[in-house]
Amino acid sequence: MPKWGLSMQEGTIVEWLAAEGSTITQGDEIVEIETEKVNNTYEAPCSGLLRRHVAPADRTVPVGGLIGVVAPANVSESEIDAFVARFEAAFVPEAAEEDSPTPRAIEVDGRAINYLDTGTGDELPLLLLHGLCADLESWMFNQPAIAHGRRVIALDLPGHGASSKDVGSGDIAFFASVIARFLDGLGITRAHLAGHSLGGAVSIALALAHPDRVASLGLIAPAGLGADINGGFLADLIAAEKRRGARLALSQLVHDPDLVSRDMIEKFLRYKRTDGVPEALAVIADASFDGDRQLNVFADRLGEITAPILCIWGEQDRVIPPSHADKLPAGAKIHRLENTGHLPHMENAAQVSALLATHATESERKLT
Amino acid sequence: MQLSRDDLRTAYRAMVTIREFEERVAVEFETGDMPGFVHLYAGEEAIAVGACLDLDEKDIIGSTHRGHGHCIAKGCDIQGMMLELFGRKGGLCGGKGGSMHIADLDRGMMGANGIVGAGAPLIVGAGLTAKTLKTGGVAIGFVGDGATNQGAVFEAMNLAVVLALPVVFVFENNYIGEATGVDYAVGSGDIAARAAAFGMPVDKVDGRDFFVVHEAMRGCIERARNGDGPSGIEALSPRYYGHFQGDPQNYRGADEVERYRAEHDCLKIFRQRVIDAKLLGDDDLDAIRAEAKALVDGAVAAARAAPPPGPSDLMTDIYVNY
Amino acid sequence: MPQKTMRQAINEALRQEMERDPRVVVIGEDVAGGAGLDGEADAFGGVMGVTKGLYGQFGEGRVIDTPISETAIMGMAAGSAATGLRPVAELMFCDFMGVCFDQILNQAAKFRYMFGGKATTPLVVRTTYGAGLGAAAQHSQSLYGMFTAVPGIKCVVPSNAYDAKGLLIQAIRDDDPVIFFEHKMMYDLRDEVPDEAYTIPFGEANIVHNGGDVTIVALGNMVRVAVKAAEKLSEDGIGAEVIDLRTTSPLDEETILESVEETGRLVVVDEANPRCGIAADISALVAREAFEMLKSPVRMVTAPHAPVPFAPELEKLYLPNADKVIAAVREIIG
Repeated sequence: MPKWGLSMQEGTIVEWLAAEGSTITQGDEIVEIETEKVNNTYEAPCSGLLRRHVAPADRTVPVGGLIGVVAPANVSESEIDAFVARFEAAFVPEAAEEDSPTPRAIEVDGRAINYLDTGTGDELPLLLLHGLCADLESWMFNQPAIAHGRRVIALDLPGHGASSKDVGSGDIAFFASVIARFLDGLGITRAHLAGHSLGGAVSIALALAHPDRVASLGLIAPAGLGADINGGFLADLIAAEKRRGARLALSQLVHDPDLVSRDMIEKFLRYKRTDGVPEALAVIADASFDGDRQLNVFADRLGEITAPILCIWGEQDRVIPPSHADKLPAGAKIHRLENTGHLPHMENAAQVSALLATHATESERKLT
Repeated sequence: MQLSRDDLRTAYRAMVTIREFEERVAVEFETGDMPGFVHLYAGEEAIAVGACLDLDEKDIIGSTHRGHGHCIAKGCDIQGMMLELFGRKGGLCGGKGGSMHIADLDRGMMGANGIVGAGAPLIVGAGLTAKTLKTGGVAIGFVGDGATNQGAVFEAMNLAVVLALPVVFVFENNYIGEATGVDYAVGSGDIAARAAAFGMPVDKVDGRDFFVVHEAMRGCIERARNGDGPSGIEALSPRYYGHFQGDPQNYRGADEVERYRAEHDCLKIFRQRVIDAKLLGDDDLDAIRAEAKALVDGAVAAARAAPPPGPSDLMTDIYVNY
Repeated sequence: MPQKTMRQAINEALRQEMERDPRVVVIGEDVAGGAGLDGEADAFGGVMGVTKGLYGQFGEGRVIDTPISETAIMGMAAGSAATGLRPVAELMFCDFMGVCFDQILNQAAKFRYMFGGKATTPLVVRTTYGAGLGAAAQHSQSLYGMFTAVPGIKCVVPSNAYDAKGLLIQAIRDDDPVIFFEHKMMYDLRDEVPDEAYTIPFGEANIVHNGGDVTIVALGNMVRVAVKAAEKLSEDGIGAEVIDLRTTSPLDEETILESVEETGRLVVVDEANPRCGIAADISALVAREAFEMLKSPVRMVTAPHAPVPFAPELEKLYLPNADKVIAAVREIIG
């Protein structure tokens, strides 16, 4: 059972995509697993003959537990039985790590900003900015992967997660100014930025306002490039109060609606039901959208951006059109991912993590 | 006597309106057109009006199953009341409460009550609201002699004293609980003394004399408004009708009610007093009574012509939201 | 996310709503504790210690210690709710409803309808229920079914600390009378509970375990039992969908019916007695609305039609547990 994100302790097998007896290649999607946060597909960690599904569908297994066996054809069934028995006898689930990083908060202009600070390294830190109605946990697949050898900080934007619910004017400039002051508070003069959707627009605004502080931009399905946006989706997202409405709204975010887990819906509803959130979302929506139009568009200023740009977009994004990537200046690296919706960093976590890490490293190398 | 002529007119208007209302309800009920059952207050008018004359909109009263008089004394709309008694959509409670559950919270009348004694804890709650929100209001709880034997009333009196709430209990002793005499049902025979044992002053007064009731209540209300806690009066006055309308009343003497009406009627006592003192004249009083009668006539005509609630009303107002 | 016990979560909900709205008061026996004596007035906080600390913060005007007079407590709460306060009355054990039933049944529940929609009664009655403490027949009953049957009352039966806080805040902000049932064995159970105030709407059940073979409906403390059963069943490849009702009035019929339409099987787990209760009500609902979907008879796992016994051995026999739930599921899955 893989460990996705810092808080994952167990996962439940939803469905095996590779049958017993099939030959699998490293990187193949072999099994769908549900965690507390989200459903995800596990890619084969090795190649070989998948001999056994040790954990059938609906079985919940602790992280590190055995879910399947890959072995050559000449290994007998009884040898596999013995291996499974030995594993189960010896396996001790990892206790919840007491020293695992936990979010903290600092005060920024009278607002508490909650953030998760992970990893260390000599390179510039990477700051991750989530989208509307999300929070720092939306980076749970990416942050640990990138934080090997680099400091990676994910934060909750005002109005989101465990940060203050006061969103001021609620427009992109407001969020950008909060981020700048947040970096001041942490004593960070220069950082890589990666932002998703609303967070993407905030990243662009920050790069325009403070070019000296932004080492590179990683834009994931960003807002702010063009005017079009799926206003119906936004209305649904903001209006959703109950499970059914939440599922309908959230499933528009992804290409494969099965990715929307029960707990993802529950987490979203818990967020929506927090005091101050409906008001905050209303302010942000008024400042950011008018029906199918975005109100904070930087299309004619993109040429001013000096930081190297990486842009990742799902081909099946139903929220913001992937064609907006064409508005980026020449030199921007654009990756369009197949079978991917508006959440590439969750739907194709490993690939997006690798792209973000490489972009940061390469941008920094160019600088020096 | 410190009441102005206007105050006296107001008091008399309220008393005769109650009398006209109740005498007419007795007649209307006999026609069979008024659903359910009604408990009439005629004979006890001086208690309700004496207790309520000095109240204003921030003050709350809690009533009994015999609640029409309390409603009128607190200023409820006569036509709204009559519509309610006829079970009409336009009634004070939309035709969903009826005589026994008539209420008008906008007027500070928090309800008649079909459960004997149940109103006492509720009025303690109104007192708690007044004290907590510092409204300056007082809460007046009417409690019948029968109800004083209920545990709920004992608990309410004790709690009001413990929390020093601005509550006044008005114990209406009309000598009979349903069909059983106070002499039998009240162990000590003395409601005022029993209430006083809870730790509050309780005066026993002649409930047929508006002026006596009013004067006693003046002290109680002032005490409550000053934050000095609860108090009460026991006011004695007979009811002229049965426990409920249609009650054969074979538990009391044949000419008992006639004697009450002839010798000690609260309206007659009031009239005599204000005429003797040359404060109001017969003409004044007769005119007020005629107005009251006309008001009740109009209310009955309106109620008879008004539509009943429809199917769409059955399932409304169960919850604020559900 | 901070871990809090259900006791802390409820205390926090009360404190935050009292801070937010000066009309919110707490009323009950010993809710301040020690009133009238020389000891520390804030030490007790009700027999379960749930209101501890509130007296110190809000004082005797907002945390109102009462005599042992349940009728007067409920009546005063109902009367104050109808006239402008938002009281939270504590009834030490729901068994004591027997003492003050009139004030709930005939007064608070009826005001709105009986007065033609002109009254609102934003009253919350917090009370404890359930067996397991050896408290026997007069201190262990699960009486939410009785109140669910009364129009005008809302009934909440939380199954964990997170829900308890959100549902209690919702109850306090709700304009109707709400009875909030707290299982006395759950006060020390911990859960992730945010520091911020939040609400959980009434009438939305929670799906706490996914599965496609059988629907298990549970509430309150029985949700833990049902989930434990579902986890064991999943080891044998039987998928159980566990629905936590959260509120019995309003009842989320839709979630129950949708689930049964998927699974075709229903087991209801309820700690209350079986007759005229929640389990029978939900069984009837499914029989009425989803009969064609059923692949097997409905099963109810409840306490028997008996008072709660004292002897621990008998009390254990009395209560539903995971093994009984598993047995019921196996009976209908075959």
